[in-house]
Parts: sequence; C-alpha cells; structure tokens
Amino acid sequence: MTTATATSVEKTKVVRSGQRFMSGDIACAEGALAIGCRFFAGYPITPATEIAEHMARRLPEIGGVYIQMEDEIASIAAVIGASYAGVKAMTATSGPGFSLMMENIGLAVMTETPCVIVNVMRGGPSTGQPTMPGQQDVMQARWGSHGDYEIIALAPSSVQEMFDLTLEAFNFAETYRVPVFVLADEIVGHMWERVNIPEPESIKIVSRKKPEVPPSNKFAPFQPDEDLVPPMAVFGEGYHFHATGLTHDERGYPQTDSAKAQTELVHRLCDKIRKNKAKITRVQRAMLEDADVAVVAYGIAARAALSAVRKAREKGTKAGLLRLATIWPFPDEHVAQVARQVKAIVVPEMNCGQIVREVERVARETPVVFLPKLGEEPHKPSEILEALEGSLK
Amino acid sequence: MTDDSPHPYERFLRKDRIPHIWCEGCGNGIILNCFARALDELNIDLDKVVVVSGIGCIGRVSGYTNTDSFHTTHGRPIAFATGVKLANSDLKVVVISGDGDLFAIGGNHFIHAARRNLDIQVICANNFIYGMTGGQMGPTTPLDTWTSTTPYGNIEQSFNLVQLAAACGAVYVARWTTLHTRWLTESIKKALQKEGFSFVEVISECPEIYGRHNKMETAIKMMKWFKEASQVEHFSDPSKADITSNRIVVGEFVDVEKPSYGRLLKEKLARIGQKSNT
Repeated sequence: MTTATATSVEKTKVVRSGQRFMSGDIACAEGALAIGCRFFAGYPITPATEIAEHMARRLPEIGGVYIQMEDEIASIAAVIGASYAGVKAMTATSGPGFSLMMENIGLAVMTETPCVIVNVMRGGPSTGQPTMPGQQDVMQARWGSHGDYEIIALAPSSVQEMFDLTLEAFNFAETYRVPVFVLADEIVGHMWERVNIPEPESIKIVSRKKPEVPPSNKFAPFQPDEDLVPPMAVFGEGYHFHATGLTHDERGYPQTDSAKAQTELVHRLCDKIRKNKAKITRVQRAMLEDADVAVVAYGIAARAALSAVRKAREKGTKAGLLRLATIWPFPDEHVAQVARQVKAIVVPEMNCGQIVREVERVARETPVVFLPKLGEEPHKPSEILEALEGSLK
Repeated sequence: MTDDSPHPYERFLRKDRIPHIWCEGCGNGIILNCFARALDELNIDLDKVVVVSGIGCIGRVSGYTNTDSFHTTHGRPIAFATGVKLANSDLKVVVISGDGDLFAIGGNHFIHAARRNLDIQVICANNFIYGMTGGQMGPTTPLDTWTSTTPYGNIEQSFNLVQLAAACGAVYVARWTTLHTRWLTESIKKALQKEGFSFVEVISECPEIYGRHNKMETAIKMMKWFKEASQVEHFSDPSKADITSNRIVVGEFVDVEKPSYGRLLKEKLARIGQKSNT
C-alpha cells in the first residue's frame, strides 16, 4: 500500500465546498488539498506556520502525509522526493526558510519536479520582522537559486486568491514540471475573509503527463515532447530511470563537459515557461479603458491601490489599476500596453523597490512613481491617491 | 585468455554508464558490488528499489545502479529519501553516500532520520576525505593525518559514525572495511531487511587522494592497514569503536527492534481514517 496516495476518501471530505470564513493560510492549505496535494513537509515559521498546522490536521484525515522536517532545506528536499514518488507535494515558509530552500529549488528546476512552495512574506532582511508584512522576496523568488532559469510566481491579494492561486500553482507545476511559488504576505496570510470553495466537480485538476511507452532500457526520462515538457515517470513503475542535479542529456545521464548539453537543457528549461507565458499570466484590469494614469500593483498593496483608483475617479482623475496575480514570468505585454496608454504609472510595493524595476524596464519613456513601504502598515489608499494625482501635475 | 561471460551482477548496473569515473584502487566499486550481491541474494524486486545519493565520489553510484535512482544536491539524499519513502511506502529506499555528504553538510538530516526511525537504509562510504574536490579534510578525517587543507596535520577530532548512529536511534548499525566483503554483504542484507533506520559504515580505501597524503598511495597499502588494524568486536561499546592507525573496530554494533516511523504512521492513519469515516 502506498501511504500518501491511498485516498478512498469521499471528495466531500477533501473539498469543503461552500461559503466559508477562514484565514489566508488556511485557504491556501484547503486549496492544496482540493487540487490533490497529499504530501506536506515543512518547518515552523511565522507567518506561514498555520498552513503547516492545518495540513498536519487535515492530511491524515484523507490519507495524506504531513511531516515536520528538521529544517527548510530538508522540507523542500522531501517535497521533491515525494513528487518523484508520484504524489503532489508542497511546503510553506517565509523569508528565512525561503533562503534555505534556494539550493533545492534549483534542484527542482533542474530535475523538472512539479511542486509548490508557498512563501508568506514578512519583513527582512535576516530575521527582520517575523509578524509584519513584506514584499521583499520578489526578486529572490526570481533569481534566488544559482544559475539561469525561469520560474512561476503567483501573488494572491485576498483570502479567496490564497485558495484559487494555490490551485493554479499546482496545475502550472504539473503542466510544466516546475516548482511554482505562491508569494503571499503576512496580511493576506493572517487575514480572515469569506471564501467560496467550489464543488469538487468544478475544480479543474491537471496532473503530469505520464510516459506512453512501457518500461525498457530505451526509455529517456528527459526527452521532451513538442511542448518542451518530458512525460514524467515516477519511482516504482519499473522504468529504472536516473535523475540528477548535474547537467544531463535526455536519458538523465550527466553531461558535465558538453556545451551542447548545457545549452540545450538550460534553454529548454527556460523556454518551456517563456513560450507559455500567455497561458501562465493572470492579471486583473480595473478601470483602465480610458485611464490617464495607472497603478501597477500585486498582493496586499493592490487592495489599497484599487481603493485609491476608485477615489481618484470620484475626484475626476481617470485612474486605473493593473493588478499582477502572476508576477513571474513578468507580464511585460500587459504592463507595456498600459504604459503606452497612460501618462504615468504608480507602483506601490512593501519593499525598497523590486517589481518597480521591471515596470521601469517595460514602461520605457512613461514616468514611473515608486511608493515604498516597510513595516507594520500596508499602503494607505490616500497615499496612493496622492501619488496618482501628483503624477499628472 | 579472455572471458566473455557476463559479470554475475551485470543486471544491477547501467551498462551504458560504464566505465565509471572512480580512480584505480577506489573502494566504491567493492561497495557497489556488495550492494548488488545483497540485492541478488535477497531476491529483491529491482522495480521497487530507489537508490539515492548525494554529491561526492560515491555520489555517482546512483547513476550506475540499474534501478530508479536520484542524485541529489550535496548533503540532501536522506531528506529527499524521506519524501520518497513517505509518499510510497512500497519502495525500498537506499541512501548510498559519503562521509562528507552525510555527516558534514548533511549531518542534520542523518541525525533526524535516525531519530525518527525512518524506514530507509543508509550506506556510508567513509574514505576520510573529500575525494571529488581533491582531498580536503572532512568530519571523519582522523586526528594527525594529512589532507590538502590540513597541510600541518589535522587537529580536529573526528566523528565516530558508529557511536553517532547508535546514539541517534538507528536500529541496526554495522561497520566494515572494503576488505570484509562477505561480512559487509551480510550486513547490507540485514540492513535491507530491517524495519526502521539502519546504517552500514564502510571504511573505504582512497589511495589516490587520502592514501597519497598519508603514505598509503596504493590500494594494497590501504588494504594492508585495514587487514592489520581491523578488530571484529561484535556488539561492543559503540563509543569505543575507534579508528586509529593501529586499530579499526569493525562488526555489528546495534541490532534492536523498535517500531519504525512507517509503522507508526500507518497505524495512526488507519485509526484517523476509521474515526473520520464514522
């Protein structure tokens, strides 16, 4: 009997459909369960601990496995192991743990391991402010592990989105055989809001492609299909395949001195995300049709931004909001389109300037106003409003 | 005279990966051979075996075994193996790695997997040195020996891996050298059949790197040391399982029964499942 896949549990027990009131962290855990996650390995850390606690209670009820590892390095390594054993797996952490995970996030990229890593961001650097919100790990999410790669990161702005984007994260992970980040923040994680959890039948569940060929010594575990994603054999199916963090060929064998192997592999790992960017991009456009000025925001900062845009409209300024739910790969086209239309862009972030660099890169001649915010309080709508009005003067 | 008959353990190897990268005289081949022999004698279904290794010379072993196999980042094979075993308890998950990988960078994972009594087998090739990077001091480098980073002699105390494994809760602990192939094979067989966390340390010769720094520049010289210094002391006090120039204590040290993590998890899940179905 396999442990984590033994689920003769009714769907109703897994998916708690209906209107619920819960925190963002719990919604994230419920989303993971609803989409089929049956393995969680983690390490306690504020403000993500509630995800682990909820998984520790819920997973055993539905035949899944929760394990508290000795650190975050072990947590992500165990998640990769569980995924290679055929089970949808995740971990959740915050800044310091995210830093520790970077090594094996690279391994997950290199070995094309579907898995989900939730980072409920707090204030850094270092131990920083554990109970306070931050959006300071955005560039670390993009570039934190060594080497070239592309990554998918989703930024929820509400408790509902903690549920919804966790579903998306798993589906992207399984579709492209990649680690996917849910980049939340302390406010979204700890905030309680109403969540609509759909009926299980209406949840679209994507699972990794399986090899169509039977086990044989001809099987090449990293031979991609036309979509650049190789079908995934898992341990115990008889394929006797090898996977390594070393640069490898389609057989999974190390190719440590071949420029061709390095070039082909690393380009493919990047391209399977780059070429599917349109399918991965999730943005929300609000009041942009006739906008003269726009806010580009994500996560908690986008909520105050929406409020500010509405207030600006009331006062006669044609403002709009482009909210990025997908922040990596960066939605260049959407931002560029807004930049071509408006006279200025305002970017509020709970950091010293991270996504604003991407916006500036894409906006070219359009002026970009940056609103940093550190510490306990998120941006006030009035602060963003002031910037919107000021940027047109 | 040539002999074209296949190697008796050929089916355990990925033939297209041979020749291996290990140096002449390296003990890793002996360890791989004993592992293959153990699998063969136990008639274990190779479809259900996963070999996990870390970084270092012996880390390449996973690429040579004809099973499902994974070559992790440095120090992480046990943590990776934990996820594999818990996600599919039908799999026989074996970690084969080196002293630096398992006990320096990966030490934390070893002690906690042993404490949990996780159902995996760990085989450690202990060659006293970082071979892949060219011969630096490691956590098992004996006192007063020479490496490229201890050019004046090592002043760090070394781990006694037998004592460490026993203290952390391993249910089976054995140490042999690459000279003791039959005993080693028997110990790997026992480890593979044990419920819970089992550990086999193999003192392995590294003439090219460790030996060259320490006046044992051939495999024969290193094997002579193993032969002359080894003392079989079964179930002796693990804290006295020394490794010195004239004494290498080998044998079985721990063989106890204790409910494994897998068993406790299964029992717990069954009870929770019953409860939540009523």
